[in-house]
Amino acid sequence: MSGRAENMIQLIDVSKEYKMADSCRVALQHINLTISEGEYIGILGLNQSGKSTLARLLNGLLKPTTGQVLINGMATDSPQEIRQIRQLLGMVFQNPDNQLICPVVEEEIAFGPENLGLPPEEVNKRVDWALELVGMQEMRYHAPHLLSGGQKQKVALASVLAMQPRYLVLDEPTSMLDPLSRREILEHLCRINQENHITIILISHHPEDLLDAKRLILLHEGSIYMQGTPKEVFKDMEKLKAIGLKRPGLYQLIQQVEEEGYRIDDNIKTIPQLVEMICRI
Amino acid sequence: MSNIIDIKDLSYVYLPGTPYEQQALKDINMVLNQGELLGLFGGNGSGKSTLAKLLNGLLYPSRGKVRVCGIDTSIKELRNELWKKVGLVFQYPEQQIFEANIYDEVAYGPRNLGLKEAEVKSRVYQALEKVGLLPETLVNLSPVKLSGGVRRRIAIAGVLALEPEILILDEPMAGLDPLGQELMLDIIKKRQEMGTQSTIIISHNLKDIIALADKIAILEKGSLLFYGEVAELLENIDILSRFHLELPDYLQVVYALKARGKRTNRDISNLDEAGLELIQIISSQKGN
Ligand SMILES: Nc1ncnc2c1ncn2[C@@H]1O[C@H](COP(=O)(O)OP(=O)(O)O)[C@@H](O)[C@H]1O
Ligand SMILES: Nc1ncnc2c1ncn2[C@@H]1O[C@H](COP(=O)(O)OP(=O)(O)O)[C@@H](O)[C@H]1O
Ligand SMILES: [Mg+2]
Ligand SMILES: [Mg+2]
Repeated sequence: MSGRAENMIQLIDVSKEYKMADSCRVALQHINLTISEGEYIGILGLNQSGKSTLARLLNGLLKPTTGQVLINGMATDSPQEIRQIRQLLGMVFQNPDNQLICPVVEEEIAFGPENLGLPPEEVNKRVDWALELVGMQEMRYHAPHLLSGGQKQKVALASVLAMQPRYLVLDEPTSMLDPLSRREILEHLCRINQENHITIILISHHPEDLLDAKRLILLHEGSIYMQGTPKEVFKDMEKLKAIGLKRPGLYQLIQQVEEEGYRIDDNIKTIPQLVEMICRI
Repeated sequence: MSNIIDIKDLSYVYLPGTPYEQQALKDINMVLNQGELLGLFGGNGSGKSTLAKLLNGLLYPSRGKVRVCGIDTSIKELRNELWKKVGLVFQYPEQQIFEANIYDEVAYGPRNLGLKEAEVKSRVYQALEKVGLLPETLVNLSPVKLSGGVRRRIAIAGVLALEPEILILDEPMAGLDPLGQELMLDIIKKRQEMGTQSTIIISHNLKDIIALADKIAILEKGSLLFYGEVAELLENIDILSRFHLELPDYLQVVYALKARGKRTNRDISNLDEAGLELIQIISSQKGN
């Protein structure tokens, strides 16, 4: 049996046009998509392909021009539901500087839960919990603006997690980070998804960021161009090339090896892992 | 004179003597020859941008000496001279575009040099061409309406129009999508083919710069962890073991095989060859 509408995000024939003074721009067209609670979804696409528009449609910052966006059965264009939708669905953006407003990390993370009207003990518990999830306990009393880019992004992530959303939408959260901080953030997302069952919807224009996704959605010029597991999507090199995307080298190697009749485990996520596995065959 | 950059015992401290004192660079030594491309690599906060600002005299050394094109950067009177020779493109330069059209934006620097308008025009057109923008169709457009990647190329053209001897690009790839990054690499490669011009590419991505650079510098918390030719880096197992996930894909295969004591039978210089090597390893193991 398929899940009930209460436990999923549904986009039903969603289009979005931006009206400007003298023209009109179609950012998304006829998107049909269902995301179930607990999934890890990667959304890939070049700049201008409609990724951020999709993200803003999900939390109701934007309303669809036509079609419907339903979060656990609630429509984002219904003013009565929007507060609840924002509680269910948290957003993290590319640049943490725009998201951090408090002078101390702890206050930053407590801000959301306090606004929900939760009692102080519960707020405190959530701050502990969120800081631990992103591995930033020692930074509790630090000033966010003096942290490194990677640390700031973790604080931004924790402050959204403290709201205990069911869905977490991240719009290019790693694009300002160095590779190490980037990998750390990605590892945290994996854990949050597996251990806390929070749905992850991770947006990026770098295929390498999205290898943990169980399902990859490739946007191109406002439409869904491809969809499948990373392995399925990255198999079709020609189709990717046609829109100017290169697949991660890992998947070229996997394909080369599999064409010789060897099967590579789906859990392999890095080239060193692949080499190690092959050396042990 | 072939050392276009000569850095001796350089240290830099922000806000010395305050509670916010921050040592950003520690005892840096390096020289760069004319015509070379230096890739400057390090994590967030490692001191890359600070070093760039020291090279064009925006910051003065707290200790040590920096000589660029023979000019001691700590001599105030020579700063104008220095700025003509060292072109620095900041991180996210597209956020600092002010002029109403592309032509004026790129012409801003050359006009400030006091050049005649005919010379300004020829420099603007040449610079736009170098960054892959066709001047004829674009010069009158307003930069605000263009995408971030195009705006970044316009900002770079603005510095190229000054015809600097050294071009420093601070994180030129950051935030661009794969297509934009490809274009940026092409721009840098073209400049390098000219031969005599020196370039410094700052990046937190080793992959980006390893394919381009003659020399690599790795900064970590303000110290120079490695400085040398790319080939030397690829022999340095200590460094590679720390940064192996940052290597280009085919080199990750080479390094992972080396780390497991596997001898490779072929010269692996691209991903196809790396794949063939893996297949051979599997079949030889199956054979045993
Ligand atoms: N506020 C806006 N007004 C007008 N057009 C916009 C606006 N935001 C986005 N667009 C246009 O919509 C399209 C999709 O943009 P966006 O969703 O930001 O894509 P992405 O996040 O993949 O880069 C682009 O053509 C973009 O120029
Ligand atoms: N204007 C400044 N005032 C005080 N500290 C600074 C300033 N700019 C940079 N720093 C500090 O100096 C160190 C190096 O910074 P930076 O050179 O910007 O590194 P990178 O470019 O490698 O990310 C960091 O710890 C940073 O916080
Ligand atoms: Mg976007
Ligand atoms: Mg920097």
